[in-house]
Amino acid sequence: MRGYGIVLAFIALFVTLSVASRPFLTWGNLFNLLDQNAGVGIVAVGSTIVFIAGGFDLSVGAVYVIAGVVAALAAPHVGAGAALTLGVLVGLASGIVNGLLTTVGRINAFVATLATATMIGGLAVAVTNGAYIEVSDPSFTLLGRGSLGRLTYPSLVWIVFTVICAVVLHRTRFGRYVFASGGNQEAARLSGVRVGVVRAACFALSGLSAGLAGILLVSRTATGQAAGASFDLVVLAVAGIVIGGTSILGGEGAIWRTILGVLLLAMIGNGFDLLNVDPNYQDVVRGAIIAIAVGIDAWARRSSN
Amino acid sequence: MSKRFGAVVALRDIDLTIERGAIHALVGENGAGKSTLGRIIAGGQRPDAGSLVVNGRAVRYRHPSDALRDGLTAITQELTLVPAMTVMQNVFLGTESTKGGLLDGRTQRKQYAELDETTGFGIPGHLRVAALPVAERQKVEILRALARRAELIVMDEPTAALGKDEAARLLTVIRRLRDKGVTILYVSHVLHEVLAIADTVTVLRDGVRIRTAAADTQTPETLVAAMLGRSLNVTFPPKTPPGRDADVVLSVQRLARVPVVKPTDLEVRHGEIVGLAGLVGSGRSELARLIFGADKPSQGTVAVDGRTVRIRGPHSALRAGIAMLPESRQEQGLLTQRSIAENITLTRPRQVERVGFISKHAETKEVTAAMRRVDVRATSPADRVATLSGGNQQKMLFAKWLFANPRVLIADEPTRGVDVGAKRAIYELIHRLAADGLGILLISSELEELLGLSHRILVMRAGQIVAELDGRDADEEAVMRAAFGTLSEHAVATGGDPR
Repeated sequence: MRGYGIVLAFIALFVTLSVASRPFLTWGNLFNLLDQNAGVGIVAVGSTIVFIAGGFDLSVGAVYVIAGVVAALAAPHVGAGAALTLGVLVGLASGIVNGLLTTVGRINAFVATLATATMIGGLAVAVTNGAYIEVSDPSFTLLGRGSLGRLTYPSLVWIVFTVICAVVLHRTRFGRYVFASGGNQEAARLSGVRVGVVRAACFALSGLSAGLAGILLVSRTATGQAAGASFDLVVLAVAGIVIGGTSILGGEGAIWRTILGVLLLAMIGNGFDLLNVDPNYQDVVRGAIIAIAVGIDAWARRSSN
Repeated sequence: MSKRFGAVVALRDIDLTIERGAIHALVGENGAGKSTLGRIIAGGQRPDAGSLVVNGRAVRYRHPSDALRDGLTAITQELTLVPAMTVMQNVFLGTESTKGGLLDGRTQRKQYAELDETTGFGIPGHLRVAALPVAERQKVEILRALARRAELIVMDEPTAALGKDEAARLLTVIRRLRDKGVTILYVSHVLHEVLAIADTVTVLRDGVRIRTAAADTQTPETLVAAMLGRSLNVTFPPKTPPGRDADVVLSVQRLARVPVVKPTDLEVRHGEIVGLAGLVGSGRSELARLIFGADKPSQGTVAVDGRTVRIRGPHSALRAGIAMLPESRQEQGLLTQRSIAENITLTRPRQVERVGFISKHAETKEVTAAMRRVDVRATSPADRVATLSGGNQQKMLFAKWLFANPRVLIADEPTRGVDVGAKRAIYELIHRLAADGLGILLISSELEELLGLSHRILVMRAGQIVAELDGRDADEEAVMRAAFGTLSEHAVATGGDPR
């Protein structure tokens, strides 16, 4: 169970849904599933790295929102491409702020990212005055609405981002330092790892991922708005990470696990929709699964030590 | 009674009788088993074999609260008070008087006044513990023990953090407690204190009870003689001293972190093994951490091969060629859930990188070679470190630090929790590293180890190096005398605080 319970669960659910619902196992549905979860998926991948480093990022929802708002506001002035890039950079910047707060500022991650989440969320409302920012430039939506065959651009971005993060995490020096910082901070420090720098970089990456997800959304809807994902996105991303088997305590985990976790949750929602289950119950089931997954993870750790 | 921790036997068939209303002292070297015995008596640990008989009744404690119910409690070096709460709240923590389900402040204040009168401490009950100095906090622990109606209090190194006057005052309090009928098990290495206060003294050595005698029949010399051990069945490789022209690889000048480490100078040459001896609390590990940059010094410089280095942290120390094998491998050395390969390459991952990415192939090759060099027995570099034995984990840590190609290696308790076979392997490794030109600073609480390996021995006491002995003609007694600091030596050497 310590290793591959999630894979079994994933396969089991996939098979069950394929049998229970005809429309589930169609290319259309599956590609759609991928596309709809690209945003959450990108954020989850970024957050996975933060978790493994021993941190926690509550601000991804707020960054997701403000990145889109900034891109929408900037588009008429600097053009679509620059505006979208700016949105991503806003994400990166907020991640750096989180990094500084938690290392130099010595504020614990939960509190620091909660603070930035609140501030950034408020900033988004202030900047938009609560209104929708419509973007009329058609090139703005190329990224969000375009596709390569049946694979939408957002899905493609998710896949590429995932591969890059996986390679960085599992195949580079930096990735090793991430695991060490989260696994045993003191041992890492005494081994010459600059734990503070590593953690800060992870927060920066998390911010970037939230920004990326945010501009993909706004690029599809052509509407920047301050109301939006906020903490729901955090919960969904964290749920995907935890179900996948990455430990919230840090030091262990993998990107592929997060992908499975996110898709598992997505399939549940998808299955409920296809089977016409009352949407009110989805959250109940989702919450219950998180509790079970975390419980099993904690139990498995304790019993194997 | 017997107790072992993994491969290490802490207590071996100990028989001990403690009389009620007496102050019974427990002395011995580091690792002799005195703290373990104290902990078992107070219910903090369970023995593997043997029995505990309290007031004529055989007991089995699963938790300190069980021992507390029989009136046994312990005051350890790690204070267990809640800093944010007041003195009174701490004293009555767990034994609060209530009236109708709510806390009864009036009864509590009355009880506190009674305790204060008994002990004469005079600490205002409303003060927050966080605001008190350590000496006062210790008194709060004693008050708490009394509030819990303790009949026997185990005190582990109670004067370790106290100055001369405070220690004397504490001893007076302890005598007063004894006069009121409380039994005290006084675990300490401050021999003159022990002899001043105890009625009976028991000496432990390597987990065995060597002697129990009335305190007034003993002197510091007789106690030290009883504490010294005959050697374990481990032999040491023959020493090869550093070459005559061997350069100084590590030079430490006026390095300090007051008050734990006073301004210290030391030198290690290429190929030399310098042993650092001293009792717990003498500042050895703290000094090592300063050299390695694990802690920030308040003053002083470190130079490697003649060049002064700015130690901003372990990372810069490593880059300068200094490596340190830390004291506690679980807390400070191992990533237990990761593979051997990942642990070993952590100090210099660049070595297994190809074009910016970690090459599994290169890693396997280098790590296997590293494992073989230190004789780590494991199936493969991909094994999780948690599956290795203590001895193998320790050897792996050597491999990890050697992976960074250091010029100086500081080894802090390199054979702690390691079985005899692995110990011998580690001794040979240390010897070989020195012969290859590495400078080694060896910290160990095991005197035989230190004497068997070191070319030179520096003895620390209270944060300073107080003696330097040649490895060839040093013996245990000389080291112990310097480490304990018998009275005659003080008068001559420092004329200052014996602590």
